[in-house]
Amino acid sequence: MMTPIYMDNNATTACDPAVVEAMLPFFTEQFGNASSIHSFGEQVGKALKEARGRVQNLLGAAHDSEIVFTSCGTESDSTAILSALKANPERRTIITTVVEHPAILTLCDYLEKEGVVVQRLRVDKRGRIDLDEYKSLLSERVALVSAMWANNETGTLFPVEEMAEMAHEKGIPFHTDAVQAVGKVPIDLKSTRIDMLSCSGHKLHAPKGIGVLYLRRNTRFRPLLRGGHQERGRRAGTENSASIVGLGVACELAQQHMETENTTVKALRDRLQRGILAKVNNAFVNGDTVHRLPNTASIAFEYVEGEGILLLLNKQGIAASSGSACTSGSLEPSHVMRAMGIPYTAAHGTIRFSLSRYNTEEEVDRVIAAVPPIIAQLRKLSPYWSVDGPVESPERAFKPAYA
Amino acid sequence: MWDYSDKVREHFFNPRNSGPLTDANGIGDVGSIKCGDALRLMLKVNPESEIIEDAHFQTFGCGSAIASSSALTEMIKSKTLDQALQVSNQDIADYLDGLPPEKMHCSVMGREALHAAVANYRGEAWQDDHEEGDLVCKCFAIDAVMIEETIRGNHLKTMADVTNYTKAGGGCSACHEKIEDILIAVNGRLYSSDAPQKGKTAPVESPVKPKLTNYQRIRKIEETLEAIRPMLQRDHGDVTLVEVDGKKIYVALSGACQGCQMESATLGGIQQKLIEALGELLQVLPVGALATG
Ligand SMILES: Cc1ncc(COP(=O)(O)O)c(C=O)c1O
Repeated sequence: MMTPIYMDNNATTACDPAVVEAMLPFFTEQFGNASSIHSFGEQVGKALKEARGRVQNLLGAAHDSEIVFTSCGTESDSTAILSALKANPERRTIITTVVEHPAILTLCDYLEKEGVVVQRLRVDKRGRIDLDEYKSLLSERVALVSAMWANNETGTLFPVEEMAEMAHEKGIPFHTDAVQAVGKVPIDLKSTRIDMLSCSGHKLHAPKGIGVLYLRRNTRFRPLLRGGHQERGRRAGTENSASIVGLGVACELAQQHMETENTTVKALRDRLQRGILAKVNNAFVNGDTVHRLPNTASIAFEYVEGEGILLLLNKQGIAASSGSACTSGSLEPSHVMRAMGIPYTAAHGTIRFSLSRYNTEEEVDRVIAAVPPIIAQLRKLSPYWSVDGPVESPERAFKPAYA
Repeated sequence: MWDYSDKVREHFFNPRNSGPLTDANGIGDVGSIKCGDALRLMLKVNPESEIIEDAHFQTFGCGSAIASSSALTEMIKSKTLDQALQVSNQDIADYLDGLPPEKMHCSVMGREALHAAVANYRGEAWQDDHEEGDLVCKCFAIDAVMIEETIRGNHLKTMADVTNYTKAGGGCSACHEKIEDILIAVNGRLYSSDAPQKGKTAPVESPVKPKLTNYQRIRKIEETLEAIRPMLQRDHGDVTLVEVDGKKIYVALSGACQGCQMESATLGGIQQKLIEALGELLQVLPVGALATG
């Protein structure tokens, strides 16, 4: 088989070899508990401090004590939202958006059942929110605003810095799920009004199972996990020292490659997108193409279904992911596609290509060559497709029962 | 990634009989574009012999939808219409060496397309009896519509009731919240799950109910079992009445119900239904108990 091509970096990334190398001693000689007085612990403690500093640098945080290590992005998200509700018990409203990751949305759905009021900002066709609508919702009843920095499916960037500013003016704390943004776009938290930010190691070439909650100094906070005094009691549980060290190295590397990400990786993504759209008709890019992550291209191929595309890509060693939730057992297309009003015939055929600094131009060209015949092959099977274009008025020509 | 059999993969990568069939005289369009699966089945039927001389498909859908469509066309070619109509969705799944539970609806869609195409050929109107909800219990492949209907039909109150009647929730526990949501949606509230509603829901020898004659009583038992059977058949099981001995009702469970870990739950569910239908306390026993006892 041909060497595999990985273009699913928004799902997860490969650990950088330098990250793995830095971690290894922490499974062997550096096994100590950072809290211990003896030398076994002391060395680990130093390594954690160094890692914390590296994360602080990447995020542009004012203090290293604002970095709280957690087990994943989801834990950081849950901690932020539950903390805001607990710390401001008289405020029972949360503002978020309809396109958040399930780490936010599922929790909000659950809290709604417990009596919390959840206001979900809608998005337009390009996945953008309306700042006027947002402004009109800001009130003293709001315990927290939580809006993602970058969307995992389309790469669309929200103006979170501006949104945080607006929330701050009304005295409302602001959280952002920046799991997809950290390491891909420059972030300087100290010059913003963002109070909390979630980040996850495995999206930036660190291992899975390590996350960060940035907690601005003087933000009212309640821990999710109570117990020992780790992370100053803000997140109890013995530190995952190997992964924290790995994340530190990954953050340093991300900072070194920030330029690459926004020039080279972006150019590769643009080449891929242009190459595919030039050869496949009835295809378009989803989301806000102006304000977008440099590595992500979400492309809708009309009149075919995504899983088929993925299976055929996979046969050629190409890994991407689909905007359809077909694999998850839920039958409808993703909530993000639905929120943008993408027609079903296109939403089900959406493929997300998400690149990283490890992708090459040669790989991009191989994908550009692979995609058009796959789409043509599946369209040949599609009841909506005629020889080289959709059948005339496709929605009328094929109207299945119980649609 | 996908738990597809080799046969599914093979039919997806090399679909048989795909594309339009110009001289088709029976066409069935079914599926739901919202759910991302839709299929057009085209038949060329010999009007003399009613033999399906050719069958083609066009499918918008996932890998297993395409594979199921391909399999269906292979299975029905050179059959008579009446023979073809015997093909069930389970037959399609079996032909493909099985489908993941989340994908069983693809085989259902195949069977429905067949019925729609035959109806179209015969000039009859086709009514789909299709109702399928989101898959709730993945362990036993039970969807939301099935759970909701069972709750409504049997006035179920608790999680345990739902598990007894449908098996849903009897496995990994992941769907308990979802089932509770359905219970709340139907009942307007959630009843506590301890002390299974004894005496509250199961009418115990209600004096209001007129006493049934022996014949009426057995007819009623049969009717009740008849109503339960489709549910069991969905799980490839079945139940038949063997003997009525006063308060003891002996039944034979077959297929997937038989001897499986859920047998007692299944018997419990049947018993609960019979108690409600007859308004008297009785005991449902497996036929084996009759032989030894
Ligand atoms: C936007 C966003 N938030 C949260 C998460 C969850 O992160 P984790 O897998 O570390 O819990 C993800 C990862 O898929 C994500 O893309």
